[in-house]
Amino acid sequence: MKRKIQVLGSGCPSCKRLYEMTKLAAQELGLDADVEYVTDVQRILAMGLMSSPVLAVDGKPIIVGFVPGSVEKVKELLKALPPVGR
Amino acid sequence: MDIFFPLGWFAAWLAGALGIVPGTSLWDAVTFFVADTLKIFLLLAAIIFVVSWLRTYLPPERIRKLLARQHKYVANVLAALLGVFTPFCTCSAIPLFLGFVEAGVPLGATFSFLVASPMVNEVALVLLFSLFGWRIALLYLASGLAIAVLSGILIGALRLERLVAGFVKKAEVIDAAALPKLARKDRLDYAKAYTLDILKNVWLYVLVGVGVGAWIHGYVPVDFLARYAGADKWYAVPFAVLIGIPLYSNAAGVIPLVSVLTEKGVAMGTTLAFMMAVTGLSLPEFMILKKVMKTRLLLIFAAIVGAGIILTGILFNALL
Repeated sequence: MKRKIQVLGSGCPSCKRLYEMTKLAAQELGLDADVEYVTDVQRILAMGLMSSPVLAVDGKPIIVGFVPGSVEKVKELLKALPPVGR
Repeated sequence: MDIFFPLGWFAAWLAGALGIVPGTSLWDAVTFFVADTLKIFLLLAAIIFVVSWLRTYLPPERIRKLLARQHKYVANVLAALLGVFTPFCTCSAIPLFLGFVEAGVPLGATFSFLVASPMVNEVALVLLFSLFGWRIALLYLASGLAIAVLSGILIGALRLERLVAGFVKKAEVIDAAALPKLARKDRLDYAKAYTLDILKNVWLYVLVGVGVGAWIHGYVPVDFLARYAGADKWYAVPFAVLIGIPLYSNAAGVIPLVSVLTEKGVAMGTTLAFMMAVTGLSLPEFMILKKVMKTRLLLIFAAIVGAGIILTGILFNALL
């Protein structure tokens, strides 16, 4: 099953930066995943969150409200995810 | 006793090493620039790091839960205080605003937060402390909080909820449990990333601001501006507030600059009002908030906060 990776934000520069970093991280890790950029703020609120940007995998937030310092950090977080299907 | 005196020595040493003659205007400007920028950057790095680390314990999702349960005046005060610790990037304005209102935080308290969060923040306070001393920094903190609390209470009393209707769907308060768990290392990583991010965003403004300031410090006569913007000029405060509104992104550069203007005769209340307008009333923030509230509400909000800032400025001009 493919993973669904989403970056949610209001379209501001830092959200876009996180999106670019995430795409790069997923690509470098060779993840079987779609990286999607969502700018509908209601989707962030629907997750019970209020800060942007948000990085969510399969609907679960793993980064909320800030852009990590490096792509390495994003890769680390993506690698630490439990295997698909749990 | 100034714990930053080694920076003054270093600045003097550096200026000497560059072959600048002590006692000249150039000497004044260069030592002022070197000592001030070093001091500001050291303080900024330390304070932003500590504040952003503390902040990982108080995400807005948790603040919302705290505020939704309070009595209305308590909520206003609490919202303003929490606003000090919470960063407010215009990117987060919409989710923050909608998130509060949806969860049933009173509109007035939401506005107290919206005012305090950008106006009273650690970057402004550090700059004020380094350039004006702790009294002015405290004065700024206290009056910023007072404006936030009072304008929130006023907006709450005006019952303007209908002006956000249509944008907001009522939702149940969602638990903060959805947030990812943070280990101590994550919190420190966050603080480091956040500090570097802010420094990256402000360093140029600080350098330019202090640089222009240093030049004025060295070359423009003291009290040169008193005749245009002294405490006895009634129009100085409103005028300062008006030019402060579009200057949001330059807050980090504006404060070093105004510190020198004060030295050249601009009254302290005028300076404080100007800084509050720069940080608290921002055009880009308004453009974004316009998407989630009627223009009328936005104008009422801006008018109330603007009036509060002008009154504060006039009051301090009279007192200080």
